[in-house]
Amino acid sequence: MKFQIEEITVYFPYDHIYPEQYSYMLDLKRALDAKGHCLLEMPTGTGKTIALLSLITSYSLSKPQTPIKLLYCTRTVHEMEKTLAELRLLYTYQVKHLGESAQILAIGLSSRKNLCVNPNVVSGSTRDSVDAGCRKRTASWVRELASTNPNIETCQFFDNFDRMGSDNYVLPAGVYTLQDLRSFGKEKGWCPYYLARRMVRLANVVVYSYQYLLDPKVSGIISQEMQRECVVVFDEAHNIDNVCIEALSVSVRRQTLEGATRNLSKMAQEIDRLKATDAGRLRAEYNRLVDGLAQRGNLPITDAWLSNPALPDDILKEAVPGNIRKSEHFLSVLRRLVQYLKGRLETENVEKEGPVSFVASINAQAGIDQKMMKFFYDRLHSLMLTLEITDTDEFLHIQTICDFATLVGTYTRGFSIIIEPFDERMPHIPDPVLQLSCHDASLAIKPVFDRFQSVVITSGTLSPIDLYPRLLNFHPVISRSFTMSLTRDCICPMVLTRGSDQLPVSTKFDMRSDPGVVRNYGRLLLEMAAAVPDGIVCFFVSYSYMDGIVNSWNEVGILQEIMQHKLVFIETQDVVETTLALDNYRRACDCGRGAIFFSVARGKVAEGIDFDRHYGRLVIMYGVPFQYTLSRILLARLEYLRETFQIKEGDFLTFDALRQAAQCVGRVIRSKADYGMMIFADKRYSRHDKRSKLPGWILSHLRDAHLNLSTDMALHIAREFLRKMAQPYDKAGSSGKKTLLSQEDLEKLGDRDPADMLF
Amino acid sequence: MQYKETDALYDDLCLGIKAEWCVNEIKYYNVRTPVDPRWINYKKDMATRQVVMRAKYKTSVKDPGVQGVLIMMEDKFSFTPDDPTSSVKLNVGVGSIQKHQFTKEGNHKQALLNLTIDPSIKAGGCIFEFEKFSERDVCRDFVSKVLTKLQATKSSGKDPKLVSEKSGDEQLSTAEMELRMKLLQEDSDLQKLHKQFVISGVLTETEFWATRKELLVADVRKAPKQQVGFKSAMIADVRPLTDGRSNKVTFNLTPEIIHQIFAEKPAVHKAYLSFVPRKMSEMDFWTKYCRAEYLHRTRNAVAAAAEAAEDEELAVFLKHDEILANEARRKLRRVDPTLDMEADEGDDYMHLPDHGILRDGCKEAIDSEYDEYRRTLSQNLNRHAAVVLEGRALDVALGDTRTVAEALSRSKQAELAENLDKNAARARLERVLRMAEIEDLQDHRNLKFAPLCIKDPREYFDSQQANAIRTLDETEIGTNPINCGLSAQEAYGSLKNLISEMKRTGFSDPVVRPDVALKVLNGLTQHLSSTKFHLGKSPQESVLDTLPKRTKEELLHHWASIQELLKHFWSSYPITTTYLDTKVSRLKDAMSEIYPKLQRIKESVQSDFRHQISLLVQPMLQALDAAFAHYDANTQKRSVKGGERLNGCT
Repeated sequence: MKFQIEEITVYFPYDHIYPEQYSYMLDLKRALDAKGHCLLEMPTGTGKTIALLSLITSYSLSKPQTPIKLLYCTRTVHEMEKTLAELRLLYTYQVKHLGESAQILAIGLSSRKNLCVNPNVVSGSTRDSVDAGCRKRTASWVRELASTNPNIETCQFFDNFDRMGSDNYVLPAGVYTLQDLRSFGKEKGWCPYYLARRMVRLANVVVYSYQYLLDPKVSGIISQEMQRECVVVFDEAHNIDNVCIEALSVSVRRQTLEGATRNLSKMAQEIDRLKATDAGRLRAEYNRLVDGLAQRGNLPITDAWLSNPALPDDILKEAVPGNIRKSEHFLSVLRRLVQYLKGRLETENVEKEGPVSFVASINAQAGIDQKMMKFFYDRLHSLMLTLEITDTDEFLHIQTICDFATLVGTYTRGFSIIIEPFDERMPHIPDPVLQLSCHDASLAIKPVFDRFQSVVITSGTLSPIDLYPRLLNFHPVISRSFTMSLTRDCICPMVLTRGSDQLPVSTKFDMRSDPGVVRNYGRLLLEMAAAVPDGIVCFFVSYSYMDGIVNSWNEVGILQEIMQHKLVFIETQDVVETTLALDNYRRACDCGRGAIFFSVARGKVAEGIDFDRHYGRLVIMYGVPFQYTLSRILLARLEYLRETFQIKEGDFLTFDALRQAAQCVGRVIRSKADYGMMIFADKRYSRHDKRSKLPGWILSHLRDAHLNLSTDMALHIAREFLRKMAQPYDKAGSSGKKTLLSQEDLEKLGDRDPADMLF
Repeated sequence: MQYKETDALYDDLCLGIKAEWCVNEIKYYNVRTPVDPRWINYKKDMATRQVVMRAKYKTSVKDPGVQGVLIMMEDKFSFTPDDPTSSVKLNVGVGSIQKHQFTKEGNHKQALLNLTIDPSIKAGGCIFEFEKFSERDVCRDFVSKVLTKLQATKSSGKDPKLVSEKSGDEQLSTAEMELRMKLLQEDSDLQKLHKQFVISGVLTETEFWATRKELLVADVRKAPKQQVGFKSAMIADVRPLTDGRSNKVTFNLTPEIIHQIFAEKPAVHKAYLSFVPRKMSEMDFWTKYCRAEYLHRTRNAVAAAAEAAEDEELAVFLKHDEILANEARRKLRRVDPTLDMEADEGDDYMHLPDHGILRDGCKEAIDSEYDEYRRTLSQNLNRHAAVVLEGRALDVALGDTRTVAEALSRSKQAELAENLDKNAARARLERVLRMAEIEDLQDHRNLKFAPLCIKDPREYFDSQQANAIRTLDETEIGTNPINCGLSAQEAYGSLKNLISEMKRTGFSDPVVRPDVALKVLNGLTQHLSSTKFHLGKSPQESVLDTLPKRTKEELLHHWASIQELLKHFWSSYPITTTYLDTKVSRLKDAMSEIYPKLQRIKESVQSDFRHQISLLVQPMLQALDAAFAHYDANTQKRSVKGGERLNGCT
């Protein structure tokens, strides 16, 4: 359908639109007009993604003189695929109605591991080995050598691509998923990865994952050339603060230090070899460092490695200090640093320090000052280029050390260094870790807010919506939380506090291993498995808890009983296995056998896999997914939050746990025609202070009668609900309240917000 | 093996596997041995069957035997050796066979069939060795059948030919028999008819079913042999039993468990194929397996590692399954990209080794040293569910471990070959696109429909036709008066108007509006089907329902039986064989029995129904009369003809 939002003609690929989507577009459009940032919370299952895409592309189409580019950030690659699939739907529609003028180029960008088509390279098992394999064949010096020595293997795909010259390769307009890019590359014989990297500049829509904008190491090479006229969208952004702090955190373990020592001796050998054979190269490097910058300026695209871990604004643009200009000197400084860190790891107690005192103690004991440390990353990078090192995957350890040093040297606040001699939960196994952890989420995202004209942060769960601007330190022009208008009560949240035997259930630390709780949790699932058709998803608070409870169900025979009704699949820490388990789960639901999926809140599955339609008719959230509260890192962050933003620890923890829970249960709804039940199985959910942190669209459906249920009552409600949902209904909504708008309705509406008029 | 049936019914019932067998064997037979010319004659003039089977003929159990072809017919058995120069030949009549013996089915036994022949005809033993027990069983069954038949004929002293014809259905396989039983059980009317005619001897079993071939065939097709999948329960996860007194632990393995173990643990399967029986006995193998299971159960990875270091065969069970890992990688390529979390890991620069936050509570460090020997319940669960979902595609019976293992590896290879499908990628893409759509925002583009399924087309169309004719009549009555008033001139004028109207406005596109067309179609179908539905159901319309229940049922039953009899009666003409002649006379007798019954019904009911009953009975009587008239005319004609011929001859 086609309609007007103020002066913009919006092309929307469906025949109807939800009123929420319309209001969402209206707000988004106003934010774009104001060239400001916005924060929008809209419940899952109301078609956020398509509303966003269709408004922004239509906006761009209607203002051809100032085209805006869309950078769409997803958390995961599979979400990227989903977004591109929706975009393709939209694109086909727009081209059908507008013809040539609607043609855009949209690409998904990922790592070499996902894009490479060279069979020799992509066979590498990890991302790092693929990266290194690519570098071995495409680095500028390797290709130079190969031009004289035919025995050196290069990559034909890159060679073909490079031969085309920078202006001659064109990707025809269209929407390209990773698979499309790969097949296009195979067909033309071009390297899809570098093609995508080049096309990022020209594309109208780029879909990639968060880190390509948020992590300075990656964004430094990928997103550097983006213009200000970009709309950046962070979808499913409820976890964005965690991504931000992770981007600036580094941890050092014993293995890291050992690896770094090995790397240093290898580099020393290389330097010696080079001194004997080609001393000029080392001298050239030295001269360049004396002259000014560590970086050589415009590096060939293939030589660029991961970028500086510090944020672009904080990188000093000046000459490298004299005492690390010579490569031998730099190596010995690095050795001293590694030695110092080794000494620090030998501790018996947990230590916590700020960056300032840490740097001071390095200076005192190893003689490395803060200014020097700031340059470690650049200096290492320059050295590796000089030494022409291609097997980058071997040198990750020393890179970690340099990243660590650069970050410690650059930032004085918002960070802390925590040394733990062992994991809290396994005190008998010594495993010392030195963790540089960032506490301030606003640091990493600040350059994004500064650089781009509009940043849209959106998700199904951003409650409380006023917290995010504080955490991320920005000022949205529009910040709004939408409710969901439902045609029928297609979601049924329940709080289950007791088992059938009236004993309370909870995952509270002192209760979770109680056999009564374990049994009641098991019986709950068993009874539900017998009553609910198709798919059921269960979320547990952690892997170890899930392992434990599933094992005890297996011991007492509950698991066997459950398996009489449905097949059981489990998320594990192995992604390959989890992916296959998910695939099988879907097939089991497709073929009507029905299945149960056990998953972990905060796990990979909870993060981005939808259990919509028959893939999830019921989701059970076992317990409240609090973070591990004894974690030093978490404690340090809480302290920082309290001091800086005056956010109380308890509030933050509850907020964090409930946004995870809401995220987990929100996976079951995809559209208003869909339906699903949500069971919060923990007595703590019945308390107002916990429950009230849930997003409004869940709370509004959580009836008072459903707040304190036992298993048998929940079963009764479930049966009733399922029976009700099986009845036919009018999709457009009853007379007074329209939940589905057609083009005519919109024309009648004019420019008013349907939210004001209809509900 | 070969079945030869003159009865067409059996050809229809011949199932896939059997048919394939036949073809192979016939080829073989033609190439290797000359066909006995007498057999061909035999086949021509007699409704019979025979078994042709490759076998070894020997005089005693220890004798190595002579390879050749055994042909068993109803009246005689013959054996022709492959080597035409061989003197060993057998050709005995059935009557000379006194009894037969056979070996029991077992692992190391030969499939033997021993025929004891009247020593006055042929001296020495007569033993046949077959390659498979299944082949032997076919011969054994045949021999026993022939022998029992022989016994029966001897005792009753009847013509053996007649018996064989009458008991043609006796040679049905049990499956076919069961199918017929099932049909009878499901349909009580059919059962009544069957009881009335077959049991009383008016019709033979074969005749009865010959007119219902479609029932049998349709049922065979409708119910393809359902394959039984794996049980949902994890039976491969064998629990050890302890008796509580000693330190002994007992594991119980059944063939089903073993099959599941093979399916879920390819490494065990592979090990079995390579170790047993060359390297160790089956018993040892499973003992070792159970030991490994026990170690897993104790969750002591260190102990497992230590044991595995000592015993390399045990290590196979304890270590991670390489084959599974490879399979996982292969399968991963087929996974829906919107689920692929592995790709996600490949894109994740945030979690470079040692970047990000290591110990935040949701990630847990694993002890990597003994990781290889650790196997979790989750892995087992996922694997089990995946195998259950794949289903069991084995066509062998569970029992012999070796055959199960081999069959499994065959089916795996077949699966590998299948996987090279290029369309899969496109299909996956389409699926993703379809999944991306929000269904309720879309107008209904493709209306879902259920395909029309007419169980008995003839009945449907007959009733439709009758209804259509009736509705046609009605409409004619309705429209006629209007048409009558129009003169040719006026009709022409109105047509002209219509045409000029069309010229002016043009045809609407589409010419027939779909909603109108649909409405008309709906109306018609509904009307038609409703008339059929209401016939005999609505109390106002049906005469039958006004009758007492018993009378009604009786009438309906007679109606059905008359139909059945008439069907057979008319299908018997022209009478070409004596068999048909007897059949017709039998049918005639049965029909004439119905006459008085109908009369009795008429008499038994109350006077106010009598008229209606006689109306209902009238067509039945007419049909019967017609049949009788035909019968009389025919017998007369034939007797005249026969007389003439007789005269002519003499």
